[in-house]
Amino acid sequence: MAAKPKLWYFPGRGRMESIRWLLAAAGVEFEEEFLETREQYEKLQKAQTTDGRLLFGQVPLVEIDGMMLTQTRAILSYLAAKYNLYGKDLKETLRINMYADGTQDLMVMIMTAAFKPPEEKEENIALIVTKAKTRYFPVFEKILKDHGEDFLVGNKFSWADVQLLEAILMVEELNASVLSDFPLLKAFKARISNIPTIKKFLQPGSQRKPPPDSRYVDVVRHVLQF
Amino acid sequence: FEEQFLKSPEDLEKLRNEDGSLMFQQVPMVEIDGMKLAQTRAILNYIAAKYNLYGTDIKERALIDMYSEGIADLNEMTMRFPLCPPDEQDTKMTQIRERTTNRYFPAFEKVLKSHGQHYLVGNRLSKADIHLVELIYYVEEIDPSLLANFPLLKALKTRISNLPPVKKFLQPGSQRKPPADPKASKAARELFKI
Repeated sequence: MAAKPKLWYFPGRGRMESIRWLLAAAGVEFEEEFLETREQYEKLQKAQTTDGRLLFGQVPLVEIDGMMLTQTRAILSYLAAKYNLYGKDLKETLRINMYADGTQDLMVMIMTAAFKPPEEKEENIALIVTKAKTRYFPVFEKILKDHGEDFLVGNKFSWADVQLLEAILMVEELNASVLSDFPLLKAFKARISNIPTIKKFLQPGSQRKPPPDSRYVDVVRHVLQF
Repeated sequence: FEEQFLKSPEDLEKLRNEDGSLMFQQVPMVEIDGMKLAQTRAILNYIAAKYNLYGTDIKERALIDMYSEGIADLNEMTMRFPLCPPDEQDTKMTQIRERTTNRYFPAFEKVLKSHGQHYLVGNRLSKADIHLVELIYYVEEIDPSLLANFPLLKALKTRISNLPPVKKFLQPGSQRKPPADPKASKAARELFKI
């Protein structure tokens, strides 16, 4: 039996959260090791010289199928392909990539906002919500409207659906009514949330991480020394 | 390939107002095989897969992706440098040099050393080799001495540069673009209000 994938990251969402979502959606159990001290991080980086653990000295790091994978997008693409969540042909994979990259841009905005000065917080949140409502959500509402299917690509559950749900929930945490003008996204959210693996991940006690708080920000700043 | 250049805010607005042209209202945009593609990585991965520059299985592709993402991170730093305000330039340049010689170049030199093959992944040309050589050229434009301690990267650069289509692209008159000019970049930033 194959060993469970193992994740190395700070004790919070950050860039690893999309990976947790995708593994959970695929019904794959995984282990986690949390980096909370500078010493742990340096130990992981030093291991680079012996077994190439951290190729560029950075996390996320995922150990899977005998590989030590870093770089979020590389990890996500591998998992999507491995667990058949990447479309059936090149053109479907392309569309999934485009949609996933777009939603990731939005989620990175939210991720980095946590590290900005508190006095800029309100302005940042407003900007993120505006971008979600004018640039990103309309695109996905239209995609769903145009084909009338349950999933974004190829009438089949894919990585793109997982990413979009994750992004929707993250923006809703900033502004609960953000989906008010997007009826198809509302229905999409309900539908994808009810998929058994996703439903399980959304329950308390799962490996899903809470929104970043000041404690998380402090840990990351301490470990990465910035 | 053909190219259409955006020279004014009106050019960009026109494209944004065309239904279905710019998925997230951003460029790059590539029109290919009857589709209008957005998102640089999605575009690159489509082209790589279509033209067999993406490895032979998902594990090779994972390595290609991992290397490509690291290259893209450093590339982004070098790309943004001309847009940097003058008072931040020294700090930025130091950071670029440091990252190049302590993080990225050593990683790829080590990959090449570990298998002794001519290409980064699977003993076969892939997008990772192209991206890395492109990056090496940019680093050399900043400071040629940064490549000094990386003999295998030097050899890769020579080898890839000699591939006929690459050789052709490196010649004057090709569609390869020159380094960003700080004055022109500043003017573009003001024009597009970035």
